[in-house]
Amino acid sequence: MLMAVASPVPVERNWIDALSAEGYERDEAIADLHDLLLRAARFEIGRRRAALSHVRGEELEDLATQAADDALVAILAKLHTFRGASRFTTWAYKFALLEAGVRVRRRAWQGRKVVLEPESWPSFEDSRPPVEAGPEATELLGALKRAVCEDLTPHQRRVFTALALNEVPIDVLAERLDTTRGALYKTLHDARAKLRSELVATGHMEEVSS
Amino acid sequence: MTERNDHLERLLGPAGPDIGCDECFERLDEYVELELRGADADAGVPGMREHLAGCPACGEEHESLRALLS
Repeated sequence: MLMAVASPVPVERNWIDALSAEGYERDEAIADLHDLLLRAARFEIGRRRAALSHVRGEELEDLATQAADDALVAILAKLHTFRGASRFTTWAYKFALLEAGVRVRRRAWQGRKVVLEPESWPSFEDSRPPVEAGPEATELLGALKRAVCEDLTPHQRRVFTALALNEVPIDVLAERLDTTRGALYKTLHDARAKLRSELVATGHMEEVSS
Repeated sequence: MTERNDHLERLLGPAGPDIGCDECFERLDEYVELELRGADADAGVPGMREHLAGCPACGEEHESLRALLS
């Protein structure tokens, strides 16, 4: 049943030894691990189901299976990096949640246009503070808009427009631009820092000490 | 927090050090177990809290791992 929640975590076993063994012991450990990953993937897809209300249950089950399969491959490839900072099952679950989450976001955005250019200023305007927030807020947003146009590089502007203004999921943008989540987030982070710095320099924001 | 600050926070993300998506994934399991044990997870993994606030995808994965283990 797709939307069944994850079962309680079984008693911790020595997963590293079992997955590093040979023959039946390894096969059994891999099968058990796949079961855990599939439950985690179903759990994640169930949590995000509202974003996929138009998708049939059979396809959701396929997404969960694909996520568990890919998580298993990633875990086996990275087994040597497990350093015991958490239980092995916690470490493993995050791979399944990542794979399932990425699939949900990409499936939800399948066929939707991703706007990257400042021609999408209407969406910026849509994000204006409410009128009752006062002229100061409107002025601040105007300063931000100017800074986006004048201070960001073209790539930073496209990434900021898509991720911050239009709330495109980062995995969707990474797929469309053939890059990674980490690289995009770095660009977004740099853009945000530049905008924050500009707003401080022009007196629209107070500097935040970190 | 004022409405104005909420709005700006959403666009600009949190100020301060941010570990980024790759290290976030690498240490998410450790961070969540610290949280669930009631330990000081933010001290254990500095910059994680800021990243989770600034990256919706990583934030969702954090919520899900917590929920799965709770």
